[in-house]
Amino acid sequence: MQDLIELLQTYNVLAAFWMTIRLTLVSALGALVLGTVIAIMRVSPVAPLQRFGTAYVTLVRNTPLTLVVTFCVLGLYLFMNVRLLPPGVGRLTQLFAWAVVALSLYHATFVAEGIRSGINTVPQGQAEASRAIGLNFRQVLGQVVLPQAMRGAITPLGNTFIALTKNTTVVSAVGVAEASYLMKSMIEFSPNLLFAIFFLMALGFVILTLPAGLFFSWASTKWAVRR
Amino acid sequence: MSTQQVTVLFDAPGPRALVRNRLIGIIGTLIVLALAAGLVYGLRAQLAPSKWAPFLRADTWLSYLVPGLVNTLQAAALSVVAASLLGLVLALGRMSFNRVISVVCTVFIEFFRAVPVLMMMIFVYYMTIFIPAIANLFPGPLVQIKPLVAVIAGLTFYNSAVIAELLRSGVGTLPRGQTEAGLSIGLSIGQTRRLVLLPQAITAMLPALVSQLVVIVKDSALGYIISYPELLRSSQTLASRWANSIAAFLVAAAMFIIINWLLTRLASYLEGRTRARQGRVVVLEKVDMQNPDKGIPDTQ
Repeated sequence: MQDLIELLQTYNVLAAFWMTIRLTLVSALGALVLGTVIAIMRVSPVAPLQRFGTAYVTLVRNTPLTLVVTFCVLGLYLFMNVRLLPPGVGRLTQLFAWAVVALSLYHATFVAEGIRSGINTVPQGQAEASRAIGLNFRQVLGQVVLPQAMRGAITPLGNTFIALTKNTTVVSAVGVAEASYLMKSMIEFSPNLLFAIFFLMALGFVILTLPAGLFFSWASTKWAVRR
Repeated sequence: MSTQQVTVLFDAPGPRALVRNRLIGIIGTLIVLALAAGLVYGLRAQLAPSKWAPFLRADTWLSYLVPGLVNTLQAAALSVVAASLLGLVLALGRMSFNRVISVVCTVFIEFFRAVPVLMMMIFVYYMTIFIPAIANLFPGPLVQIKPLVAVIAGLTFYNSAVIAELLRSGVGTLPRGQTEAGLSIGLSIGQTRRLVLLPQAITAMLPALVSQLVVIVKDSALGYIISYPELLRSSQTLASRWANSIAAFLVAAAMFIIINWLLTRLASYLEGRTRARQGRVVVLEKVDMQNPDKGIPDTQ
């Protein structure tokens, strides 16, 4: 216990977890938007869009996240000097932006698959009934199928969100100062507290993911479509 | 895939819709092509033929990429074996009637599902360095395998928890008649689980296990961060020699994608085979409890 207090006093653990939380929330938003667009492309009546959606999911889902992150940050930002934000913005913010883009690009594939599985939970009769009253593709999808699909997709989307929370640790590979990056330097400076450090940082992730898991399982029953 | 479900979202297009869809298709293709062209133009210096030339040399493959690939596959293979065995033990433990064993296994599973794999790897890696008793396990040249041990440990702990849950849910979805039949021929509940339920659950989860292998192969790339010379790391070591970082990333990505795509194909093949065999061997159909005398409906 004393070790934990000492660690909390010596290192800015909360700042590191605050970075983890910010990475998670911003990337979750990006992944949700991109993933929804890809899911819509995959169920659209336009063959080329379907193929692009499928190709994106197949390619990115089979690539390790570590590779996506290092490609974006080491390859594009540091090696090729591609900036996402105007040059005046500081280096750390540029790094943060690239980390968010890499995490969003990767997790968008899981969001797209989650929404597609949500669409599959909507009975055919719903879409048939909407077509029968004369709605077109956009109305069928936007007003009837997607609202139900999103409610059916809460569980897979929640799992993706929790996976994303844990996967933010990967951006420590490129030096974003989040929880696992701090853990590494903590161990290097105080190796005698190795077990306490691991316990503390692991506890942080349990605290972050456990309520999220409970929330999503509560939400999936609360908003389940009764059939 | 359930293409039927998906196509029901829109009517068979008429002449006007056909024209409109084609137009959207062309515009969409142009946007994607423009994005791709922009990317290629931006990276043109790094995509020049001279940057690809190293990949035509034998030593590029023999000294960097193939050893990297072997290291990736070796870590993944060892992890999947260890994780399956530990997962089986954890699943049995969590279902145990001994409260202590069951609680310990539950805590273990939930803890390692919540902790990021990378943190586990970093922890084990530094344990092999800073804890004398553990560091002494790697005398002389064995020092080299410390990162490998850390990668395998991280992958094993996380994936054994996932596999244990897969197995437990596999047992849960088996029809109750299986347990009842086992008990009625005089097996104990433990024997019924080991001899009747688990073998069926393992067969039924084989496709999921292969899909989990994809996750393991991808996560083995985390070894990059603790300097395990897997495929990603060795591709970048190669790139530092030829200054062709982007090309090396793309080649490594292509190799990962091909491996994982093949594994995904294998998983869906196994799934099809399991489903085809279900009628004969594994009955996963639910008996209609309102009308139990009717028995199990025919699957075909």
